[in-house]
Amino acid sequence: MRNERTASRRDFLRNCLAGAVGLAVADQPVALDAAEPVTSLGKSRVVIAQDAQMRGAGTGVDGGRVLSLLDHAMQRLFNARDPIQPWIRMVRPGQMVAVKVNTLGGRGLSTNVQLVEAICERLQAAGIRAQDIVIWDRDSAELERAGFRVRTGASQVQCFGTDRVGFEEDLVSYGSVGSRLSKILTQRCDVLINVPVLKDHDGAGVSIALKNMYGVIHNPNKYHPNGCDPYVADVNMLPEIRSRLRLHICDATTACFEGGPAFKPQFAWQQNALIISQDPVALDTIGWQTIERKRAEKGLKTLAAEDRTPRYIATAADADHQLGTNDPRRIELVETRGS
Amino acid sequence: MQSDYSLPHTEEPRVPISAVKRDPAFSALDRRSFLMCAMSAGAAGSIHQLARPLKAMPVWNNEQKQDDAQFTVEAQFYQKLPNKKVKCKLCPRECAVGDRERGYCGVRENRNGTYYSLVHSRVCAAHVDPIEKKPLFHYLPGTMAFSLATAGCNVNCKFCQNWNISQARPEQAPAQYVPPKRVAELAVQYRCPTIAYTYSEPVVFSEFLMDAADAGHEAGIRSIVVSNGYMQEEALRAAYGKMDAVKIDLKSFSESYYRNVVTGQLKPVLDSIVTLRKLDKWTEIVYLVVPTLNDSDVEFRGLARWVKQNVGADVPLHFTQFHPDYLLKNLPITPIPTLERARDIALAEGLHYVYIGNVPGHPAENTYCPQCRRMLVERVGLEIRQMLIHKGECPFCKHTIPGVWHV
Repeated sequence: MRNERTASRRDFLRNCLAGAVGLAVADQPVALDAAEPVTSLGKSRVVIAQDAQMRGAGTGVDGGRVLSLLDHAMQRLFNARDPIQPWIRMVRPGQMVAVKVNTLGGRGLSTNVQLVEAICERLQAAGIRAQDIVIWDRDSAELERAGFRVRTGASQVQCFGTDRVGFEEDLVSYGSVGSRLSKILTQRCDVLINVPVLKDHDGAGVSIALKNMYGVIHNPNKYHPNGCDPYVADVNMLPEIRSRLRLHICDATTACFEGGPAFKPQFAWQQNALIISQDPVALDTIGWQTIERKRAEKGLKTLAAEDRTPRYIATAADADHQLGTNDPRRIELVETRGS
Repeated sequence: MQSDYSLPHTEEPRVPISAVKRDPAFSALDRRSFLMCAMSAGAAGSIHQLARPLKAMPVWNNEQKQDDAQFTVEAQFYQKLPNKKVKCKLCPRECAVGDRERGYCGVRENRNGTYYSLVHSRVCAAHVDPIEKKPLFHYLPGTMAFSLATAGCNVNCKFCQNWNISQARPEQAPAQYVPPKRVAELAVQYRCPTIAYTYSEPVVFSEFLMDAADAGHEAGIRSIVVSNGYMQEEALRAAYGKMDAVKIDLKSFSESYYRNVVTGQLKPVLDSIVTLRKLDKWTEIVYLVVPTLNDSDVEFRGLARWVKQNVGADVPLHFTQFHPDYLLKNLPITPIPTLERARDIALAEGLHYVYIGNVPGHPAENTYCPQCRRMLVERVGLEIRQMLIHKGECPFCKHTIPGVWHV
C-alpha cells in the first residue's frame, strides 16, 4: 500500500535537511507567514496615507514623495520605528518576491511605476537581491503600456508578464474555480506583494485587492458572471496564492469611481493616497467605501442601486473562506497624511 | 464545450500543430501544409496515437508568439453601448463587456468600444478524423472530415476533455494562421468531403466558421459543426445556416445541470435544435451520460419525449460514455448498463435511431432498420464494417432510412 510505505532513505535525508534549514533560520528575525484569518488576530488594520502634495506642480507623482508616503504608511501599519523594519518582517534574504501590479488601465489607471520602484527599493534594503524581485502582470505589452519597462537581464529587478513564461500545466481548484496558475507565481515567487489600483468595475462593483488575483489565473473570463461572486473569493483561497500573499498596497494615487476597469478620464480622480493592509477583505471594504463616497459626491447612485454590490467581499469574509474581515467593528482604520 | 467523447473514439483533440511538427515521421511535410493532417492515410488507428501530444507540449512557447492582428476581425454579433461598452449577441449569455475586457468565452475583446474576435483563422488544433468520431452516423458514413478548432468556449463543462484549448485564451494555445481558403485547400488535399468545426466550441469562432464554410463550398467541400448549440437564434441562423450537418451536444435535460455543471442554460439549446430542424439541417444529438448527475430514468424519458415531439423520431440520439476529466475526476466511467437503460427508454418512447457511444464493439453502435429490425450499418469503434443502406433505403424492406448516405 503506497500510503503506508515507510520513509525512504531519500525522504529521510530530505526531512533532515528541512530540519537543518529550519534551525538555521530560527535565530533570524521572524518573518510573517501568509495572512492568517483575522479572527485569531483581533482587528485588521488598514492604513490610508494621503499626500496632497504628491504631484507638486505637475501631473505625475513625485517618486520621492511616494517613497516617503509608503514609508509613513508601512510604519503606521506595523508600528515600526524605521522604514526598513516592516519589510524585514515580511521577507528574508534569498527569497524571491513577486510584486503583482495591475496594468489593465494603461497609463491613466494602472499601478504607478514610482510606487513600484519605491517598493522594490525597500525590498532591496531589506536584503532581497534585485534579480530576486519580479514586477509582473498577465501581459508584457500591458506592462509597457502602463509605463513599466520589461526587464529580464541579470542583476536587475525583473519585469515581465506571464506571457513570457506561461501557466502551469496542472489545474488547481477551490470551490467554483479551476485554473492554471502563472508560473511567475509558482516558480518565481516565495512572497507575493499585491499592488492593485482603487477602481470601479462594471461587473464586480469594485476591483481592488482581492480581484487583482484574477491576473494570476489563465481563465479570468470564466469568473465574471454573478458579479464575480464567489469566484474572487475562491481564487484567493487557492493555496498557492494564499500561502504567498503577505501585503496589499493599493495604489489610490489615481482612482476610478465609475466606468472601470478601463481608464476613462471623466471618471478618474486624484486621491493621492495609498491604502495598505495585510487583510485584503478589510482593505477592499475600506476601498469600496471610498469609491462610494466619491460616487455620492459626483451625484451617482450607489453600487447597490446599480445592482453592482461587490458581494464577493462578504463571501471572502464568510466562514468558508475567512480571508479577512468586512466587519467595520473589526477594522482599525488609520488615516494619516504624509509630509 | 462539446467533444464529450472519451477514449477510444474520443472527439478530444486534436493534433496540435507544433506537436505533429515535432514528429519525425512528418518532417518531410512543410509547415504550411498543416502536416498533422497527413495521417489521413493512417486513418483512425494512427489518429488515436497522435491525439495525445497536447499535454506534452508547452502551453506557451515564446518562439510561437503570434501576430495578434492577423487573427483579429470585428465581431459580427454584438451591440454597442454607452461608455465604450458592448453587449455580445452571439450566445444567450449576452456578456456586457467593458473596454479592454473580454467576454466569457475569452476570445472576444472590446477595444475602445468595438468588439473583436481574436480567433479568425487562428487554428490551434486540426486533424483528419472519421466522421463517425464527431459522431455523425447518418451523414456520409465512412468518410473523413478535415477537423479544426480555435481556442475558446462559451460554457465551462466540468467534464470537458478538451479544456486545454476550450478553456484557454487564444494567446495560451499555440496556433497557426490558416485562412478560410487554405482550410478548403487542405480538405481537398486530404480528400475530405467535409470540414468539421469541432473540439473546442465553434460558437465562439463563428466568423471564421462562416468564412471557411463559404470557401469550402466554393471548392465543393461541405461543412459540419459539432457544437453545444448555446447560441442566439440570429447568430445560429447566420452561422449554422451555412452548415450541411450539425451535431449538438445536449448535455442534460435539466436546467439545474446546465447551471451547475455546464454553466449555461438548457432552454436556448433546445430552441437551437428546433431551429436547426426548421432550417432543414441534418442534425444528430449526443447526450453524455454522467453517473449520478444526469442518468435518471425521468431525465432519459423526458429527453426522448422532447426529441420525438419537437424534432421527430428519426433524429439520431447518441448516449455516450463519460470518462473522468477536468473538474469531474471524482466520478466513475458510466456503466454500460446505464447506457443500455437510457437507450431502452428512448426506444420505448418511440425514437428510431438510438446509439451507444464510446463503447467500441457494442451492438448499439450499429444502425438497425426501425421497420424490419435488420442491421444496416455495422460499426466497430470508428470503423464501418458493413454498409447495406442503398439509395437511402433498407435493402430488406425498402424502408427509408433518413440521412445523407453518399457524397
